[in-house]
Amino acid sequence: MSFYLVQFLSGLATAATLFLVSSGLTIVFGVTRIVNFAHGSFYMLGAYLGWTLVERWGGTPLGFWGAVAAASLAVGLLGALMEVGLLRRLYRSPELFQLLATFGVVLVVQDAASWIWGSEDLLGRRAPGLRGSVDILDQPFPLYDLVLIGLGPLVLGLLWLLFNRTRWGTLVRAATQDRDMASALGVDPARLFTGVLFLGSALAGLGGALQVPREAVNLHMDMAIVVEAFVVVVVGGMGSLTGAFIASLLIGQLQAFGILVFPQITLVLVFLFMAVVLVIRPYGLLGRAEDAPPTAASPGPPLIAATGVARWAPALLLALLAAVPLVAGDYALIVLTEVVILALLAASLHLLIGLGGLVSFGHAAYFGLGAYGAALLVKHFAAPMPMALAAAPLLAGLGALAAGWFCVRRSGLYFAMLTLAFAQIVWSVTFQWYGVTGGDNGILGVWPPDWAAGKAAYYWLTLALAGGALLLLRRAAFAPFGYTLRAGRDSALRAESVGIDVRRHQWLSFALAGSAAGLAGGLYAFAKGSVFPTLMAVPVSVDALVMVLMGGIQTLSGPVAGAALFHLLETEAMSRTDWWRLVLGAVILVLVLAFPKGVAGFVRDLWTRGRDS
Amino acid sequence: MSRRLAVENLQRAFGGVQAVRGVSFALDAGEVLALIGPNGAGKTTCFNLLNGQLRPDAGTVRLDGVDIIGLPPRRIWRMGVGRTFQITATFASMTVRENVQMVLLSVHRRLFGLWTPAASGFRDEAMALLERVGMGAQAERPCGVLAYGDLKRVELAMALAGDPKILLMDEPTAGMAPGERQELMALTSSLVRERGLAVLFTEHDMDVVFGHATRIIVLDRGQLIAEGTPDAVRADPKVQAVYLGGAA
Repeated sequence: MSFYLVQFLSGLATAATLFLVSSGLTIVFGVTRIVNFAHGSFYMLGAYLGWTLVERWGGTPLGFWGAVAAASLAVGLLGALMEVGLLRRLYRSPELFQLLATFGVVLVVQDAASWIWGSEDLLGRRAPGLRGSVDILDQPFPLYDLVLIGLGPLVLGLLWLLFNRTRWGTLVRAATQDRDMASALGVDPARLFTGVLFLGSALAGLGGALQVPREAVNLHMDMAIVVEAFVVVVVGGMGSLTGAFIASLLIGQLQAFGILVFPQITLVLVFLFMAVVLVIRPYGLLGRAEDAPPTAASPGPPLIAATGVARWAPALLLALLAAVPLVAGDYALIVLTEVVILALLAASLHLLIGLGGLVSFGHAAYFGLGAYGAALLVKHFAAPMPMALAAAPLLAGLGALAAGWFCVRRSGLYFAMLTLAFAQIVWSVTFQWYGVTGGDNGILGVWPPDWAAGKAAYYWLTLALAGGALLLLRRAAFAPFGYTLRAGRDSALRAESVGIDVRRHQWLSFALAGSAAGLAGGLYAFAKGSVFPTLMAVPVSVDALVMVLMGGIQTLSGPVAGAALFHLLETEAMSRTDWWRLVLGAVILVLVLAFPKGVAGFVRDLWTRGRDS
Repeated sequence: MSRRLAVENLQRAFGGVQAVRGVSFALDAGEVLALIGPNGAGKTTCFNLLNGQLRPDAGTVRLDGVDIIGLPPRRIWRMGVGRTFQITATFASMTVRENVQMVLLSVHRRLFGLWTPAASGFRDEAMALLERVGMGAQAERPCGVLAYGDLKRVELAMALAGDPKILLMDEPTAGMAPGERQELMALTSSLVRERGLAVLFTEHDMDVVFGHATRIIVLDRGQLIAEGTPDAVRADPKVQAVYLGGAA
């Protein structure tokens, strides 16, 4: 009995941290509608700054809590700085560009933290006066965690007072419900947003600084917490503080007891929970329909089929690419093979985002399913490569068909979170099903047969298969299939009233995109000779998203250009410096600020302007 | 004349508000029936109940004798009910012609093609429809940049592309100049004669209503309070009270 009580209490302590971080995220999202990936980075910065300050002042209780508060305030200032210097310039850009920008910040912060604090885990000192533990029914429980448990409701109460008893809080609530009306009433949105970013980031920083006595501070804290915080925010209902509080409590307990009941699927439990909640309650526990974010991609100008010389551009490019092995060495061919594969991955995601307005945060799942489908056939059945490559899109397509059936029932950010949930489920099954998948050891020895083993031969094979798939995706975009998908995005109301089953069409598109990503995954497996669970992890999904957004979502060539740019940059930066994240992040930030329509969109604008004048 | 639509005892509440209470009426082929009433009378709710966007709490809607309650909008559309919206809904990322082609592709169940370009499908049919509503010259413009009155006409062409038996038009002339209004309704009336359509429309402009409706039904606070020819409705004291703000 006492064991369960202690488990319950530690669940509450986890919940308190989760609530601090996710309350900041939900406040920022509620007002600015920005999906702030950098929120986890602020949490991590809070932890690092907290560690430094606690080391310096943390000998006394006053010093310790002063250090925590100072770290939180400093992080809040950084958040405000991000709003003024970056986000403010992007409010008129498509919403996804803000997401891309915050991802640039994630990369920059990772390397900055690594540069300042090093890559070793940092163990902080315990909080003075709270070092010991208390006996609860004869089980020891850390005193510090008890304080944390109290802190959650305290912060909720303070936030409630702030939002309900102060003028500023009332303005924030007004802006949360109706941004345009608030600015029509004379509220300066820019100042309000700066304040909200300060508050939200300070809460993340506070959550991070409070971890110093509990766990080692490390460079992986950012992504781990931001994904969990998103789950909390979505389960609770976007923009709802009370919802975030309840969701934190539930997820804290789920983590505390899940490990006892289902040790096999601990990693996936939280995501399963979120999926179930979203299927039952479409807008989260306390969310309302009107708080739901609009579909992420706003309708762009008409897709214009290339005319004149430009019509031959894809064929010309293909011919050029096919000729590369005549002049290039093995290394260049390896990189180029990867570029072609990633172009297919990005284009398949673009089908969903650009044409369907469906932003997937979990597209890596289908890339990974394709890669594992091929690798498993080779490993367990010694299948020949052609069969394995045929199985890759099939398995991924089936996976997408299953996941998509649930995902397309929701829209906007809820759709995105469901795709993330399914990707995490696929990832954790792969990670934990050691007997079949080899867990994190992956599957090795997935090499092409002799006839395709040469770098040039495999490159040509990739070019033929991925190029063919790219061509099909391009045709599909201009064919009735793509038009119908766009019709559902532009106006679901109109589409349904002219006989289009929008949901079914989105579902099929999801499967098509999934199987195209699966083919890319299969090709990738044979290119690398091995597969690992990281292929289907969050960073790959984010990379694919970045490629699509970098290229621009309003053109079909965008994702291809984005994939090439992203991968070449990454490879080049990685080979030249250890600080490649910093370089990549900085490049993303510059690109976002300089080309708010993406690179391909910029080129197309230049082209049209040149033609019109 | 053949009976197209038979509505009986339609009811729908939102929370505690009874938006539509016990509405019954019929619509025959060749009729242009106006549904009028003050703001908040329940006109748009009625429309949404008829085309399947909302499900009524009670009542029946028969289309050519077939009960259509509970069917989704896309099924009701396939049975011959076209609709234009109060706030125009078109496909903003497509050109005017592509909007109409999209509907034609749906009519011919060609939505899943992966190879042949959509823009080449049913091009002439789409152009003919656009010429009919006077939008031929603007066929290649993106729908996102059109003036409001033009969008209304595109919507009409899209509705016609479905070759409907019944046309539901929610404030078809809102946002148009007076001349344009008469023009659009004259066009609608001639379409009714050509195609044997039945039209049900809501409208705030009384010149349009009394100039073009063959019959009028009046809704007030969710209930039908009058029904008849334009002259009879104009003379009805209950209607006058509602519109002139007499008795509450």
